[in-house]
Amino acid sequence: MNGLVRGSAAIVGAAESDIGAVATNMSPLDLMAQGIHRALADCGLTLKDVDGLWCATTQARTSAMSLCEYLRLPNAYTDSTIVGGSSFEVHVAHAQAALAAGLCSVAVIAYGSTQRTVGRRAASAREYNPYETPFRPFLPSTAYALAASRHMHEFGTTREQLAEVAVAAREWALLNPVAWEKKPLTIEDVLNARPIAHPFTVRDICLVTDGGGAIVMMSAERARSLAKPPVYVLGCGQAITHASISSMPNLTVTGARESGAAAYRMARMRESDIDVLELYDAFTINTVLFLEDLGFCAKGEGGRFVSGGRIGPKGSLPVNTNGGGLSYCHPGMYGLFLLIEAVRQLRGECGARQVAQAETALVHGNGGVLSAQATVILGTQATL
Amino acid sequence: MANAATSPLGVYLEHLEKGELAYQFSPDANAAVFYPRIICPYTGKDNLEWRISKGLGTVHATTAVYPQKGDPYNVVLIDMDEGFRLMSRVEDTPPLEVRIGMRVKFRVHPAEGDEPPYPVFTRAGTAP
Repeated sequence: MNGLVRGSAAIVGAAESDIGAVATNMSPLDLMAQGIHRALADCGLTLKDVDGLWCATTQARTSAMSLCEYLRLPNAYTDSTIVGGSSFEVHVAHAQAALAAGLCSVAVIAYGSTQRTVGRRAASAREYNPYETPFRPFLPSTAYALAASRHMHEFGTTREQLAEVAVAAREWALLNPVAWEKKPLTIEDVLNARPIAHPFTVRDICLVTDGGGAIVMMSAERARSLAKPPVYVLGCGQAITHASISSMPNLTVTGARESGAAAYRMARMRESDIDVLELYDAFTINTVLFLEDLGFCAKGEGGRFVSGGRIGPKGSLPVNTNGGGLSYCHPGMYGLFLLIEAVRQLRGECGARQVAQAETALVHGNGGVLSAQATVILGTQATL
Repeated sequence: MANAATSPLGVYLEHLEKGELAYQFSPDANAAVFYPRIICPYTGKDNLEWRISKGLGTVHATTAVYPQKGDPYNVVLIDMDEGFRLMSRVEDTPPLEVRIGMRVKFRVHPAEGDEPPYPVFTRAGTAP
C-alpha cells in the first residue's frame, strides 16, 4: 500500500478466544475481551498498555464504541472498518499506518461472534437488495456457486477438484487440536454430502461456529523489546471490486490479483518467496481463485493445481494449515484467524502441523461475495 | 437546488409496471449501467440516460438453491444484449437444466402484495 513502509510494524501477540461452541449467553464483546486478554498475555502486556482499538463484528452496529465501554478505554484511537471477513487484514494496514503516524503505540485488533449459538440469520441480518432479493439467493452460498459455475464452464474445473480443497483442509484440521472437525473426509464424502447451492454440497462450504480472538501490533522498534519474536508486516494491499455478485466485474478473476500485487510490491517479494499461505476458504472455489490470482498458478489452472493433495499436509505447498474455515473454525468473518495462524507458523508454535523453516507467510482475506480482497505478507526477523 | 422528483429505483420500477426492462446508458463512457444510479460509475457525471432493453440475453452463470423445505430453484446472472448484467431466474426450465450460454427472453413477474414487480426470463430461440 502506498505510504506504508515494509517492516515498520509487527504483530507481537495473537490468540483465539473460546471458539467452536461457546458458553450460553456469551456475547461477541465477551469473546473480543477474552481474545484481547489472551493476546496481551501472549506478549507480556496488559490492557493498560493499549491505546488503539480495531474491531469488527456483525452483531454490534457500533462495535468500537461498545469495546471502549467494555474495556473502559475512553481515549483509545478507534477504527471499526467493516468490509466482511477481510476486515481484519484491512485493519492490519490501518493499524500499521496509525502506528507510523503516532496515533497510537499499542494497537489491538479484535473479533467476536456467537453465530452458531444465536443462528446465522440473527448474527448477520441480510440487507434487502431490490435487484437481487426477489430471486431468493441463499447468500453468500449462491454468489460463490455462480462464480464456481463460471470457473467450471470456462476452464473445465471439476467437482472433484473443488472437493480436493475441502479434503486438504480436513487433513490439516486433523493436526490441529482446536479444530472443529475431527473425522477424516474423502472426495466421495464431499460429493455425496447434502447439496446446498449447485455445484456446492455442505462440505464445500465453511463451518458455522462461534469464535473470536485478537492480535496485538506495535512499531517494529518497540516489538524487539518483547520476549517472543516479532512477526513483521512486510506488505499490505486491498481491492474492493463490488458488493453484490451481480456487479462483480469478472466472476473468475477476483480483486486478490490487485491486492496481492500491491502486497508483493510493498514486500518486494513474489509468490516463490512465500513459505506458508493462509487463504480465506469460505468456499472451496475461494482457494482455487486465490491461488490463481495471487500467482501460484495460471488463471484457470487452480483446479488441476490443488489435485493430488498438493495443498494438504503431505503436499508441496502448505495452504490453510489450521484446517481453514472449512474444517477449523468459521464464525462468519474469518479473517482474524488467518492472521493468528500465520503468526503461530512464523513463530514455530504449530506442533504437528508446523511448516518447516517458515520465514514468510501470505495471508489473504476475503469479504462479502468475493468483494473485498485484502492481502498481508508477514515475515520473521530474517526477512527484514 | 430542488430535490430530485424521482429515484433510480423508482424509475426502474415504473418501467417494470409497464412491462419494460429499463437500464441506464452513459453517453460519455458509451456503456450500459446497471443497477440504476444517480452518478455514472465510469465518469462521475450525473448525465445517465434511461433506455429500454429489447429483452434478450444470455445466461452468464447459473446455480440451483436447495432450500431446507421445498424444491430446488434456479438463480442466474443474465448478460443482456445491450451490455448489462442482472440477477434473475429462468422460469420454464428445470433448475439444473439451465445452462451457461442459453438464450433467454425477459418478461415481468408482476407485483404481488407489498412485493414490487421484477424481471424473470424464459428460454428464447437459438443464439443470434
